[in-house]
Amino acid sequence: MSEPTPDERATEVHDPTLPERGVTGRRAWQTLFRVARPRATRANIFAALLALALGFALATQVRSTTNAGLETLREPELIRILDDVNEEDQRLQAEQRTLEAQRDRLLSGQGSSDEAVRSAQERARSLGVLAGTTTASGPGMTMTIPDPSHQVTAANLLDALEELRDAGAEAVQIGSVRVVASTHFTDAEGGVSISGKLVAPPYVFTVIGDPATMSAAMDIPGGVRESMRRLGTEATIVSKRSLTVTALHQPMARRYARPVPSPSPTSS
Amino acid sequence: MIPALGLLAGVLIGIFLQPDVPVWLQPYLPIAVIAALDAVFGAVRAVLDGIFNDKVFVVSFLSNVVVAAFIVFLGDKLGVGTQLSTGVVVVLGVRIFSNVASIRRHLFSA
Repeated sequence: MSEPTPDERATEVHDPTLPERGVTGRRAWQTLFRVARPRATRANIFAALLALALGFALATQVRSTTNAGLETLREPELIRILDDVNEEDQRLQAEQRTLEAQRDRLLSGQGSSDEAVRSAQERARSLGVLAGTTTASGPGMTMTIPDPSHQVTAANLLDALEELRDAGAEAVQIGSVRVVASTHFTDAEGGVSISGKLVAPPYVFTVIGDPATMSAAMDIPGGVRESMRRLGTEATIVSKRSLTVTALHQPMARRYARPVPSPSPTSS
Repeated sequence: MIPALGLLAGVLIGIFLQPDVPVWLQPYLPIAVIAALDAVFGAVRAVLDGIFNDKVFVVSFLSNVVVAAFIVFLGDKLGVGTQLSTGVVVVLGVRIFSNVASIRRHLFSA
């Protein structure tokens, strides 16, 4: 451990102001401070420049290591990232194949109008579900909030609706009102006014979507069921393999908004 | 004192400028930094041994950096870059430890 480094062995010139080898304790500190005093020799300035370069390189290296990309990751992490990318790739390729097949069907001469009509009808149906102008059926759940003491406000119902939408609800009906993008909730005497229609408790949500996801979303801590419990009522959830959302929304005739024709994907 | 201030200034400049390490320099910079650190610790030890010399410090600093980078470069060319880098780091690390041990004995008599 104590063998001299080449730096020391190479030294021939002794600074007379420096003590002999092997100083310890206080004298060593004194030596250190004496040498540390600023001296304007050329070598000292050169050493300062080298130290500057070292500090610069150190900071640069630390920074580039801190925000390094993939090259510094360990093997398992790389494998996980690679798996993710592959999965994403396969999903996108499948989607690409579907879209290409659809495009080919639409482009091909025979049956092109049939296909276009079928595609348009399909879109009209799914848009109708979104806009609330058609009845919708599918798997889903009903959620009943009895609320006997009228504690549930419009805000609570809106929270519940947003939670359901987050959980993937595709068509929602509260009481006899179909919920669409423009649905609004107002506190009213004896219940809640939904889009101007008074709905009195019990509030019955009829929701189409993945029942498991939605009922799990209702059960999260601080979620809908817990806040209902805090309001003194118990939300009952019944998952169903098939149910129908029958209420319809009457769309207003639009007076100002006009659709802008978008470049059709089939024309490319 | 001046070199210590220089070191601090360098770190600050590096933090504020946030330069990107050029790709060709990437394998060498860490090794060069460690080699330079070794030279710095060697210099402090030499001060306490009473044999410090500015010129020797400058020369050993530069030669340390160059030799370390050269070894890594050679290792890359021979296909053993990673192993050789590890070897250089180990050797320099051992030297830094022995220098620090010597400094400690001088300053704290322990």
